[in-house]
Order: sequence, then C-alpha cells, then structure tokens
Amino acid sequence: MASKFTRSNRIGWLMAGPAAFLIAVFVVLPFIFAVGLSFTNQRLISPNPTQFVGLANYEQLLGLGLLTLEPERDAAGQLARDDAGAPKYPALRGYTRNNPDYPQFAGMREWFSFQQGDSRTYVLARDVVFMKAIVNTFVFVLVVAPVQAGLALVLALLINQRLRGINLFRAIYFMPVVVSIVVVSLLWRFIYDGNSGLLNNLLGALSFGAFPKVDWLGNPSTALGAIIAMSIWQAVGFHMVIWLSGLQTISPTLYEAAAIEGSSRWQVFRYVTWPGLRNTAVLILIVITMQAFALFSQIDVMTGGGPLDSTQTVVFQAVERGYGKQDISGGSTISVILFVIVLSISLLQRWLTREKN
Amino acid sequence: MSKIVFLTGALLGTMLSASGAFAQTTLSMWYHGAGSEQEVKILNEITADFNASQSDWKVELQAFPQAAYNDSVVAGALAGNLPDIIDVDGPVMPNWAWSGYLQPLAIDESKIANFLPGTKGIWNGKLYSIGLWDAAVSLVTRKSILDELGLRQPTLEQPWTKDEFMDALAKAKASGKYDYALDLGTASTGEWYPYAFSPFLQSFGGDMIDRTTYTTAEGVLNGDKAIAFGNWWQSLFADGYAEATQDPAARDAGFNSGKYAFSWNGNWAALGTLAAFDDVLFLPAPDFGNGPKIGAASWQFGVSAKSAHPDGASKFIEFALQDKYLAAYSNGIGLIPATATAAAMTENYKAGGKLAVFYDLSAKQALVRPVTPGYVVAAKVFEKALADIAKGADVGATLDAAVDEINADIQKNGNYGF
Repeated sequence: MASKFTRSNRIGWLMAGPAAFLIAVFVVLPFIFAVGLSFTNQRLISPNPTQFVGLANYEQLLGLGLLTLEPERDAAGQLARDDAGAPKYPALRGYTRNNPDYPQFAGMREWFSFQQGDSRTYVLARDVVFMKAIVNTFVFVLVVAPVQAGLALVLALLINQRLRGINLFRAIYFMPVVVSIVVVSLLWRFIYDGNSGLLNNLLGALSFGAFPKVDWLGNPSTALGAIIAMSIWQAVGFHMVIWLSGLQTISPTLYEAAAIEGSSRWQVFRYVTWPGLRNTAVLILIVITMQAFALFSQIDVMTGGGPLDSTQTVVFQAVERGYGKQDISGGSTISVILFVIVLSISLLQRWLTREKN
Repeated sequence: MSKIVFLTGALLGTMLSASGAFAQTTLSMWYHGAGSEQEVKILNEITADFNASQSDWKVELQAFPQAAYNDSVVAGALAGNLPDIIDVDGPVMPNWAWSGYLQPLAIDESKIANFLPGTKGIWNGKLYSIGLWDAAVSLVTRKSILDELGLRQPTLEQPWTKDEFMDALAKAKASGKYDYALDLGTASTGEWYPYAFSPFLQSFGGDMIDRTTYTTAEGVLNGDKAIAFGNWWQSLFADGYAEATQDPAARDAGFNSGKYAFSWNGNWAALGTLAAFDDVLFLPAPDFGNGPKIGAASWQFGVSAKSAHPDGASKFIEFALQDKYLAAYSNGIGLIPATATAAAMTENYKAGGKLAVFYDLSAKQALVRPVTPGYVVAAKVFEKALADIAKGADVGATLDAAVDEINADIQKNGNYGF
C-alpha cells in the first residue's frame, strides 16, 4: 500500500496539493499552535510575556468536586425546614469561598445536586459554564444526528421519483442550505419572537388563541430546543442530496428483481435500499456529528449562550473566551478538548460501523 | 445610503486634494458609526474641511458597524494593520493603551482645558484620547404621566429615592395602561449593560472592581450592598415592571408609542422622543442610598501606536476639536457638546434648550467606569451576571462567580500593571 501511495501517483499528489497545502496552513498549523498555547497563559494582546503554566488551564476547565452536606438542625436536633417544608442546608458559599478547611473547593460552584436520604450531595465544578456547554453540545449532537439524518432520508426517498416538477421540490428543500446561516438565524429570531413572532401567531391561530405565547429563545427550557429545530431544518437539504446520490447508485435491476419476487415496499426498503445505502449512512452520520459539535453561528446570533447558560456550546465558549475575553490560552484549551472528544467519537463510529468480516 | 454618503465624501476628498497639492500624505481613519448616516456625514465634512485646510495631510475615512468595530480594531492590531486614527469607547481606552494599540496624543493642552471631564481619556497620567461629545442617561417620562400617577417631579437637588422610584413603577403598573412600567433597554447588548446599569450598583454602594486597588472585585461586586442591588434588579423582572427579553423594535420605538411609562435611555435617543411628545421630561437617576449615579464617557478619538505619522494624526484631531464641529455633532445626533462655548452654539444645549438638562446631569451625577485595562473583561462578566440574574439565577452565587472570573482575569494579567 505505502509504496503505491507514494510511487506512480504524482498526478494524484499534484491534484491534492493545493487543498493539502491550504488545510495544512489554515487547519493543521493553527491546531498545533493551539496545543502549544493551551499550556501557557497567552493573551490575545498583552504587554506581559507569555509564561508556561503546565496543565493549569485544563485543571481550571475540568476541575470537579463532590461535597455532601448534612441538613441544618436546630438546638433540639430537629431538622430545620424552609417555608416549603424541605430541609435546609448550609450555604455552599461557606465552603467554596475563603474557607481554609476546604482549599480543594475554593472558587468552585454548584453544577447540580442530588438527595441521598437526609443529606444532599453537590457536584461542584470549577467552570460550571463550560460543563453546561459540554452537556448542551452533547444534547444537540444526540438529537440532531439521528433526526436530521432520518428526515433527510425521508425527503430523499420522497423526491427520488420520476414525477413532473420534482426538481422544484428538490430546489425548495435545498434552499436553506444555500442561504448563509447567519441570515437564517436572524430570520428565525423573528419567527421565535416572544410577542409577535410567526410561530406564536401560528400556534395561536391554530388553537384559536388557546396556546399561550412562549418566549422561545428567552426561556431556558425552550431555547436549546428551538435552536435544535431550526438547525435541523437548515441543513437537512444538504444531507438529503447526499442520500439522493446514494440512492441513485443502487442498480435498478435489484428493484426489478425484488418486484418479480413480489416483495412489499417495506421489504424493498429493508433488503434492497438500506443495504445499498450503507456507506452513505456512515458518511452522513460522521459528517452530521462533526458539524453538530461545531455549533456556533446560531448561538452567536440568536442567544449568545443565554438564557441562564441553556444554550452555551463548546465552540461558542472557545470563541467567547479567546476573543471576547482576550484569553487565547483558555480558548485554545477548549479547542484541544473538543478535538479529543470529536476524534474519539469519530473513531468509535468508525469501529461500530466497520465491515464485519 | 450611508455608503453613498461615504462615496460622495470620498469623492469630494479626492477632488479637493487634486485641486490642492499632490504632496499630501494619506492618513487612514476608522470610525464606529457606519450604521448612522448623520454621524458619518458630519465626520466626512470634518475630514473634507481638514483636507482642504492644509496641504500636508489627507484623511481617508472608513466606517464600521458599531457591533463589529472593537473586534475589527483588535484584529487589526493583531495583524499590525491599524489605521493612523481610530476612535475608541471611553472605558475601553485603558485596555488599548495598555495593550499598546494607542499612543499618547500630542495635543496642545490649552485647547482642551475647558472640555467636560468625561471627554478626556486619561490613563497613567497621559492623554490618549479626546471626545467631541459626552453622553448621559436619564429616566425619560412625560409630565402628563407623572401628573396622572400623582408623582412628585424629582429634581437634580432632590432626586427620587429608591422607595419613590419603586412606588412610581408600582403605580404605573397598577394603572394598566402600559405593557411594562419601565423600559430598561435589555434588548441592547454589549456595552449598554455596564454603561447603563453599573451606576445602579454604584448607587447602592457596590462597584464592578474595587477602585482603591483595581486588583480585586471581592467585597464590592459580591458584598451586602451588591447583593441588595442584585435582589432589587431581579425583582424588577420578577414583579413584572420590566422585561428581561426585549424586542429590539420595542426598545427603539416602545416609549414613543406609549408602551412604557418610563424609559432608561441616553441623550442620543432624546431627539426622537422630543419629536413624539411635547411634554417630555428627562429625570435624574434615582438615589439608591449612595447618591444618584449615571455613566460618563463616550466615543473618543485617538492615534494608533503604529502610526507612522502621529503628528499629522494629532493635527487632525486638534482640527476636529473646533466648537463648530462639536456643535454639528450635537445638532445632528443630540450628543452633549464637549465645551460650554459649543453648547451655546447648539439648538438644544444652549441656555434654556430642550436638552440642556443633560449637561447638568453629566456635571452632577456622572461617574466614569473603572479606569483599568481589566474593564473590558469585567464589563463582559458583569453583563452576563446581570442577564442571568434578570432571568432568575441565584443572586449571591452569580455575583460570587462574577467576582471569581474578574479576579482570575486580573491575576492572569499580572494585575494589569497596578
């Protein structure tokens, strides 16, 4: 393999050359810089010299702690309860700020907590915003990857027919892909508007005014969902086209044979179409996963990470820190962590979808 | 439209320079107001006048949208591509001076002796930037609203107390005539939050950074007074006096169309409100216990550190500081002219003018934002903290986290030289 790769392949290298050069200069080289900078305290611009700080940036981002607290008791040993009747716990502030007995928790904040009998266990994080960004990003990927791929396949099957004017539908489904994501995000901000947005008006009209007005992007419980829905709609046409190309590589003779055998439509899909789309499916899944991890523009335009960090994402945090807060080392560290995550997931996907024989 | 104005300005400049001498050295200039036709038009007039007034220098203007301006300057500085003259927002100036984008101005001190204090960008004892105008914020309402709700009209000498202010909001809400009692402008992001809302915190007795040392926010941004401020801030939204998510269109036109009883807004929006109603009042900020406060300092002109022609750049800025241009800016967009003599030349700020009250507000209540290179990061942290608290986040924990982030940034930067 290796010899064939290097030998008698001059034309191939020549053709790949420009792309390889650009990728090296604009992707590989900056990434090598990022790895280096993540071990320093580099600022965007600063008169201070850059210093090597070892793993401090990683500790700052990924530091976690567990703290179990017993409920407060009054003098008689009875549980102190708040107005709602829930047991009261000492304020976390007393442990995470200026408490020499708990130096390991200094500067940490509550990420989430759970109840165990009377005591309550707090999971503390040194950087709660980053933890939320990771969780949000994973939620985004886990929803978008299957739903977008599935929807794209349905659309591809629908338009893979010889009908009059089918090209019109292909063009319509593909249109959002061509429009800049920033423009699409701006338009959807109007659609999601809490007072007079299109979505609220539509739901109100359909339910004869029974549906309450929802501030889709301003409400922590709906903001991420709203962005997920809009992102799926925006890019579904792109993956539809890839499915379509896959569909058209399946030989018509297979379908003819299936028709002669008298198979049902489901059987045709299950035993002819789906096996024929195997490689396309792997490609689409990996592409969507990678794109979904890079979620940034929608967040930047529509919510800026809010409300209450419900739409923070990893890439948005990398840009916000590196550029907005002029902390290049922090932004680089996030990029390196994201790279490791995406790489491991892609390898896992490769392994799960490998040819099994 | 602004593009056309820009083109005409550029053409005009070219023609003038062609008719003048051909030995002019070009000075490039960046400006933040690409979205504002009036601003660019006035600045084009100044550059055209300057280019025609002498034969050594020719200023070429490039305007950016405000939202992208600061990023463009930072990117320009990184790439070593800054123009000769840049304009800079007052509180950001120390950061740019400290980072080495700006150099001290070589301007005759006597020319700015009578300028408003908020217009002078002084860092480490040196003048880095100078503004043609200042800006001020007031509580905008109408005389008829105060009368209808039975409220005392506050004065500069005797502003509303916190209780009077909350009483006014409660009455406005109870009247049922308004969508919300108070328009805070939460739709505007970025610098508006620290500019407009940190004075509330300072009036409560807290601050964004401890100004005695400039090396920590502990105790001032998360002390008892700051927590009292945070609880009050949260109650504005929880009690339905103001909206935490605001439609930008409601911010632009809401008060003028009667959606709100009160609006916390700057003097740059005052001309539109004056056109909408004939009984507009610009009330001073309420006193939350530590004196009434509003923010000071607006956009100012400076010379970039890498400029090869600082003498020419300073000459241009000196030229722009003439009273007639100060007055032109004020008449065009309602800003506070930097000198009293220029104010006398304007329609709205001369004695008895409709906006003259802003001059007094600036003089009496204005407090500059913390003068430190760390302000840029502190402002972002402050904005996020306030947005989170408005949405219901725990006040104490949010302010603690903000303090930690500001302090970590100060440490990472070796205390920013303090």
